[in-house]
Amino acid sequence: MKLIKNIGLALFIIALTIFVASLTLSNHTLTDTVLSENISNTYHREMIKQQAGDLMGKEFGSNIAFINSIKPVLNNSLEALDKASGIDPDNDIWNAIPEKLPEGVSENDYRMFPNTVDDYLFSLTKYSAGGLLPGNSNWFFLLSFILGALGGLMYLLPDLNLIPGIKNNQIYDSSATRGITFKTRMVFLGTTILASIFMVFFKYLLIGVLTIVAGVFIIYKIRKTNQENDVTFQKTRTVSATKGLGWIGISFGIFLILFYVALYFFPEYITNWTLMLDPISESLSGNTASRWFLYGFLYTSVMFVMGIRMLIKYRHNNYQLVRTSSVVFFQTAFAFLIPEFLLRLNQPYMDLKNAWPLDYDFFFGDSINKMYGQGAEFAIAGWATNVGTMMFIWGIVLTLVVVPFFTYYFGKRWYCSWVCGCGGLAETLGDPYRQLSDKSLTAWKYERYIIHGVLVFAIVMTGMVIYTYMTGSSNILFFDSYNVRSWYGFFIGSMFSGIVGTGFYPLMGNRVWCRFGCPLAGLMGLVQKFKSRFRITTNGGQCISCGNCSTYCEMGIDVRAYAQRGQNVVRASCVGCGICAAVCPRGVLRLENGSVDIDNRVTELKTVHVKGIDITDGVFNLEGNEI
Amino acid sequence: MHIAIIGNGISGITAARFIRKLSDHKITVISAETDYFFSRTALMYIYMGHMRKEDTQPYENWFWEKNRIDLKRGFVEKVNHQNNELLFADGEKMPYDKLIIACGSTPNKFGWPGQDLDAVHGMYSMQDLDSMEKYSDGLKQAVIVGGGLIGIEMAEMFHSRNIPVTFLVRESSFWNGVLPAEESAMINRHIFENHIDLRLQTELKEIVDDGNGKACAAITNKGDRVECGFVGLTAGVRPNTAFLKDSGIEMERGILVNEFLATNIPNIYAIGDCAQMQNPLPGRRPVEAIWYTGRMMGETVAYNICKKKIAYDPGIWFNSAKFFEIEYQVYGTVLAKAPENHISVYWEHVDGRKSIRIVYDKNTDEIVGFNLMGVRFRHEVCEKWLREKTNVEEVLQNLAIANFDPEFYKSYEGEVLKIYNQQAGRNLIAKKKRSWSNAFSFLKP
Repeated sequence: MKLIKNIGLALFIIALTIFVASLTLSNHTLTDTVLSENISNTYHREMIKQQAGDLMGKEFGSNIAFINSIKPVLNNSLEALDKASGIDPDNDIWNAIPEKLPEGVSENDYRMFPNTVDDYLFSLTKYSAGGLLPGNSNWFFLLSFILGALGGLMYLLPDLNLIPGIKNNQIYDSSATRGITFKTRMVFLGTTILASIFMVFFKYLLIGVLTIVAGVFIIYKIRKTNQENDVTFQKTRTVSATKGLGWIGISFGIFLILFYVALYFFPEYITNWTLMLDPISESLSGNTASRWFLYGFLYTSVMFVMGIRMLIKYRHNNYQLVRTSSVVFFQTAFAFLIPEFLLRLNQPYMDLKNAWPLDYDFFFGDSINKMYGQGAEFAIAGWATNVGTMMFIWGIVLTLVVVPFFTYYFGKRWYCSWVCGCGGLAETLGDPYRQLSDKSLTAWKYERYIIHGVLVFAIVMTGMVIYTYMTGSSNILFFDSYNVRSWYGFFIGSMFSGIVGTGFYPLMGNRVWCRFGCPLAGLMGLVQKFKSRFRITTNGGQCISCGNCSTYCEMGIDVRAYAQRGQNVVRASCVGCGICAAVCPRGVLRLENGSVDIDNRVTELKTVHVKGIDITDGVFNLEGNEI
Repeated sequence: MHIAIIGNGISGITAARFIRKLSDHKITVISAETDYFFSRTALMYIYMGHMRKEDTQPYENWFWEKNRIDLKRGFVEKVNHQNNELLFADGEKMPYDKLIIACGSTPNKFGWPGQDLDAVHGMYSMQDLDSMEKYSDGLKQAVIVGGGLIGIEMAEMFHSRNIPVTFLVRESSFWNGVLPAEESAMINRHIFENHIDLRLQTELKEIVDDGNGKACAAITNKGDRVECGFVGLTAGVRPNTAFLKDSGIEMERGILVNEFLATNIPNIYAIGDCAQMQNPLPGRRPVEAIWYTGRMMGETVAYNICKKKIAYDPGIWFNSAKFFEIEYQVYGTVLAKAPENHISVYWEHVDGRKSIRIVYDKNTDEIVGFNLMGVRFRHEVCEKWLREKTNVEEVLQNLAIANFDPEFYKSYEGEVLKIYNQQAGRNLIAKKKRSWSNAFSFLKP
């Protein structure tokens, strides 16, 4: 059994190594064929060819060398086309002069834009590739994706031989899952926040410098912390590692962060991964694999394998089995397969379960245009309509009706731990890290400011975007709505939900995004807190204050604080994962819904033994005062 | 008024918290063990790597100052009640107006040869845990002596690190002084399936010195010798009252207290594991070293000091534990050797890891107790049935409202009812379904 596990682990590490190495296993040559297959616009193609000059036909040994040479070519092409169309920033001419454009060609067809450059850079890098990987991409697919999944399963399946029950042995002894100290965590967080600010205002310039500085700083801190004989008993409930730092966890966190940085900001460096997925993507949607297809495929596969891990780990617990199957199903069907099929059927791409404001670009003008009046016409109740319009209506109904209604009946768990993709990854890939969430009162205070701040930001941003869509005017007060939405997209959409949300699993726990950032969770939290049938019931006086529930609460709720008072848990942040109830050794906690006591869910303190003398108001005192 | 509390366990801390709720008195909690209150019941999870030490602290460190509860680390050597004064081991003195002794228990030792060697430990305090940790490095074999709750916890701890365990249990079946035969047999099987070398009807005769003052083997009363690097002594606990000898405080096994938890000395109270009730309530033992009773005593003593006299009344008996993967809950009276008038309705799952036992009085048909393995029941519902001496048929027909298992769990109340129908020649059908609304309307009609 141990042997099978070790072989599985070895196969997984080999697959991971091949996966990472595959990024370097190509050479690149820009040829006429590559240009004509990837750039349909003749003006662009001719200009790039002209700007490339000698570089045409030259073989580059690596994608880095290729990108270094071709990126300037593309930027020069953009400038040259701008110049040819009469644009002259020095004389404040920002739009093309129609007479300078070829007969019957519009400005948008003639000029290149920064996002055109990004697109071309991605596809030219991808399809100029030759050599080991591109020639054997199917083999590499087998040796990385498939071998990795098989290795993972080999590592996981032998656990079926263990007696079913809670399996958290050695979590805090393992370098992969023991977490980091409070200070180190702050270093990671601070670096990420600073880096994102610099990235917006200095356009990547300082990334290199900053990362080096941060890296040196982190190493210094880690060394120092390791030297201190960590007397962790002094620091309650904030995160700190037991025996030195979790190096494997830190490495995994950095790997995830780098993956997200590449995915969001430097996709041209990971084209080889998409090359491996072209056959699958083509068979699903008919298109070649974009970086988002890569992300979706990887996301779904990881959730699938780690979902099996959850099913094995909690096979004695039906709630966990049903819930885990549900999130994996919704990810596979709704987030991954259905949108691809929609593309194949020439319908607008849509994840039908993704609700605004989590789906923050739902009301963006281009997104509305893509949906509204698009897709196949059909008749409904005598009205002719079409798929896109229905999607638009569904999206609004989802947010305004389905979300509050279901949250009233079941709490926000129906979404966060049964349906949501972010939640799904957190519950599968992130499960080994759930204990790393910060349970301190301070963290709770920050949580409420930050998540409601993001919610307000999302609402204001969407309001501005809709205003712009309706009126055509983008200036509102002192802000340009296009800037506001791109700030939101960058800070919240990319940095927070991606890099911090997932990259920080091994550093801050698996629900950082859901707890501190997700505006939809914030919205549902308000419903759950003030008007919902959901609560976690505590079982009379049975609590022994052991703290398993708090330790394994991924949302950082100090469940024990309620359980030891015999008070039901009603918290805006609770996603109803049910793990507190599962790890409780005394059967104290139960997730349940009920309307009979909806306004008095938390008033009773069941462990207060001397009855009849009212000494508390029954409401948990946030400040931790006994009175 | 200055109230000093010796012991920062659940009893002492609950007393301190409730005194603070009820009054503005100055409170000092004294402990020789740790700076802060931690949950003793969670010690095993630290060893098993489920939790860190700080995770076992139910309150954050700022809590104490914020609620004006002074914490003092120190060992009280003597209580000088003539001067209302505590004397610490380092010579320091502390005056008090009222004193609450909540100093807990200490593991039993029965004069075994070698019981004071190195690598021989009980499992009670943070220091015991640290010792276990110290000797676990490279440990090839452990021996545990005593088949109670701590013994099986210790077995689980070593098991979590794949350290082989020999488990010596005096009784013919695990914990059969408390558990009825079927449940006890279930736990025996479960211990074996976890590959623990359980030796029933076996006692420790001697612990062998390796020549350097450290234990190297245990010899049983059957003459077997088990080579080992650690011996766990878990043959129960006794009140930790050695420092009170000659203090004038009346003691037997524990510190004798009346129903108001007061000792024979004015202004001195005793609660928790170390207290012995002069007049135990019917069906209760004089010393109950239980988390829950400690908590209830802490609350009661706070009222007696601050507000008004309230007799200690722990109410309907309940307890819980976990044996490896099998959770255990009990409500009411379920005796290992059932008296003639107690009848059981006993259901056991085919997997042999779940059971429900409902005990009733055959003369009156009143419900007497619930014993649950691997199934969770709702405390308040069971308590209400027991308090009201509900007819067993009424209980069985509504049993589903007591179920506290997580959602989507298969429920077994129907099976229990079927067994009762067979046993009693009845044809009852279930009345209520499991739901919070049904439980609520039963509890608060």
